[in-house]
Amino acid sequence: MGTLKVLDEDFSSWKCATCGKALHPSPVELEYLDSRFNVELPSCPDCGFVLIPEDLALGKMAEVERMLEDK
Amino acid sequence: MDQKNLRDWEAKCTQEEPPKCKARCPLHVDGREFCRLMAAGQIDKAWAVLCKTMPFPSVSARICDGDCQNDCLREQVGGGINLAALERFAAENAKRSPMIRALPPKGKNVAVFGAHLSGLSAAWDLGKKGFTVIVFCEDKLQGFESLPADRVSNKIIEKELAQLGKMNVSFAEHGKPDPQTIMAANESFDAVFVDPLAYNSTQLGISEVDLGTLQTSIDFLFASPDVGDKPPIELIALGRKGALSIERKLQNASLTAGRDREAPFETKLFTNISKTETIPPVAVPDEGYSPEQALEEASRCLLCECMECVNNCAYLEEFKSYPKAYARQIYNNASIVMGTRMANTMINSCMLCGLCEKVCPENFAMQDIVLEARQDLVEKGHMPPSAHEFAFRDMDFADSSPCALVKHQPGTTQSNQAFFPGCQLSASDPGAIERTYAHLCSVLDGGTGLLLRCCGAPADWAGQKEMFGRKMESLKRDWESLGRPQIIAACPSCIESLRKGLPEVDVISLWTVLSSELGQLKQHPEMALLSLQDPCSARNNHELMNDVRLLLSGLDITFEEPELSGTHTECCGFGGLLANANESLADKVARRRAEKLDYDGVTYCAMCRDMLSKAGKRCQHILDIIFPDGSKDPAGRLAPGYSARRENRVRLKETLLRKTWNEQPESRSDYESIAVKFTEEARKMMEERRILLSDVQKTLHAVQDSKQVLENTENGHNLVQFRPVTVTYWVEYEMKENNYLVHRVWSHRMRVLG
Ligand code: SF4
Ligand code: SF4
Ligand code: SF4
Ligand SMILES: [Zn+2]
Repeated sequence: MGTLKVLDEDFSSWKCATCGKALHPSPVELEYLDSRFNVELPSCPDCGFVLIPEDLALGKMAEVERMLEDK
Repeated sequence: MDQKNLRDWEAKCTQEEPPKCKARCPLHVDGREFCRLMAAGQIDKAWAVLCKTMPFPSVSARICDGDCQNDCLREQVGGGINLAALERFAAENAKRSPMIRALPPKGKNVAVFGAHLSGLSAAWDLGKKGFTVIVFCEDKLQGFESLPADRVSNKIIEKELAQLGKMNVSFAEHGKPDPQTIMAANESFDAVFVDPLAYNSTQLGISEVDLGTLQTSIDFLFASPDVGDKPPIELIALGRKGALSIERKLQNASLTAGRDREAPFETKLFTNISKTETIPPVAVPDEGYSPEQALEEASRCLLCECMECVNNCAYLEEFKSYPKAYARQIYNNASIVMGTRMANTMINSCMLCGLCEKVCPENFAMQDIVLEARQDLVEKGHMPPSAHEFAFRDMDFADSSPCALVKHQPGTTQSNQAFFPGCQLSASDPGAIERTYAHLCSVLDGGTGLLLRCCGAPADWAGQKEMFGRKMESLKRDWESLGRPQIIAACPSCIESLRKGLPEVDVISLWTVLSSELGQLKQHPEMALLSLQDPCSARNNHELMNDVRLLLSGLDITFEEPELSGTHTECCGFGGLLANANESLADKVARRRAEKLDYDGVTYCAMCRDMLSKAGKRCQHILDIIFPDGSKDPAGRLAPGYSARRENRVRLKETLLRKTWNEQPESRSDYESIAVKFTEEARKMMEERRILLSDVQKTLHAVQDSKQVLENTENGHNLVQFRPVTVTYWVEYEMKENNYLVHRVWSHRMRVLG
């Protein structure tokens, strides 16, 4: 499975306060109800902290959650 | 639901039953569809409806006597629809007739003797189905000769005979066939039909004919006893009956199966005309209807259908169908492994209020199907987790130690009765509980305990049998610890739930107690007329509804009953956990109900009050009147939001412990000490997204340990996240003078694996 690119917005204004590094898009694995997805998301290059932006959480992500729930 | 259950449910719903006109018509012409199209000015399409059902429609449509007119439901509100005149109009005015195509020849030969209306229609039906038919007669026009010439011209007759010629039918005009030839014909033909106007069965010397099939003692020969002076349409229907028997016989199918509705029959379709305006028929001029008159007459058709439950239930309406079809969808949803989104949402959006059962002429109880379907989804592990989780968390919170309380009246060691206000009243109006409890303690003997907790209804509504069972067990332990007192419940849903889950408990309503102690209640200031909102969970509790009315009257409160009231009351949108599974529909339901109350509402359910209040309706709880808190406008009190509802419960317990029992409440959790402020936008977001103050506090608290914080270099906001169980919360905030000011909050269920 390839990595999906779901975000066009720029998240470079966010940095990881702990590591002091700017967030960069990197592949992340997401899971819900036994289904897994590889998605490109802004993350801290050092500690790996992943940002799930509001628009994604309430948009595409919620949509996929709804779809999976109906199984 | 198994297949048998499905059939039983389907059979209950009358919506797919034919309208009276179609049931009464010997040919079962769909008068409703015909009128619908006529009223829309679609004459050609209306005409096509007739062509589909009638043999030689150009003739049949002109000679119909309109037997259905007296049966038509319109008869009771003005006068039956004049379908006969409308059919004639369609026949005269249609610009285009649909192509009638016969099936290719099957290689079976049928002889028809006599070319009167019965013989011709038998030939029409058989020829159309691919049987090769020869009509033996003196004259192929003889069947039409007796018809009124001003209605049916020769040109029309010839056109229909020509059509017969294109449908595997030919004529042998050799004079009147003699009976011997007829009796011998089944040796050279696969089957024989005898037109009764040529020879009836007696004339043929046949003693017995089965009236339902026209089968005679001679194999493959179908005939009829004397038909007297049957009207033309019935002669046509008779030919049709013979044709169907011959077709079945030649296909070795049962002659009788499924034919009980061939003759005119009583339909089960129910149509409510209680609000239908009376409109008299449009008189038919000698020359027949003009287009305007035809349209006007067709518009009087009620387009009979039931939909009684759908018209009274926003949920049934929302999914654009009716219970018979829903039953099928639910059955299908359960039998396939991959459900469809529609069905799960549909199953979880019923309020389980039971109104459908009350308005349905067959008592179709949608709530029973839906609850069973939910139990099934839960059992099979297909229930969407997001549908009810929020409600379960709320229920568990109400039962947790910051909120729950089980105590004897102060200064006593036993309880003759215990007050059970219910977790939603605690959440909505804790002050009312304090005042009510004080009153009960002062007027009742034998000790009045207090039981603060949830009744378990959410688990029951969600189809979680096991969870409901567990709730009931723990409730039972609480009740036993008080010495098995009588329970005085304030909430009608609690009464229902307790009676269902713990039948051994004696449960009565607070309103019954108060109405029998009227003298003990204080005078209240005079009040304007109110509209009474019965909660749907009271629907079948006649004693409760009655006692509430006695109580209101005893208090000199004047109230009116809204359009749907008492056993026909409507749900406020809270029932069945609708708001959890489908919030927008719950809002719609609440607004719809609010509109039915002409005056300020008065109700005896905390959820009804809050749902109506959220819908912008002024509404008070009876306790606002009986035990007022001194505020000027209780009907205008806003419904508390989700976080405030929790805080109200916690504070109720703390206050009661301090003031009533003189005890020190337990200290609050660490995270609650986190001081948070919200922007107006964030506050709205929390309510819409069902994120609680405690979720935000827990998130901020957890980060104090993890220290995992994102920082926005442009606006200085911080962003943190926390996943207590199945939901991840994100909180975006700004530090202001060492305080958190929250700007945005959101959540998701999907998990980040890394
Ligand atoms: S009320 Fe509803 S369920 Fe009952 S017959 Fe009519 S459409 Fe069917
Ligand atoms: S009102 Fe219309 S649908 Fe109903 S019985 Fe009469 S013609 Fe048929
Ligand atoms: S139980 Fe209530 S909400 Fe459900 S279908 Fe019947 S009337 Fe509608
Ligand atoms: Zn980092």
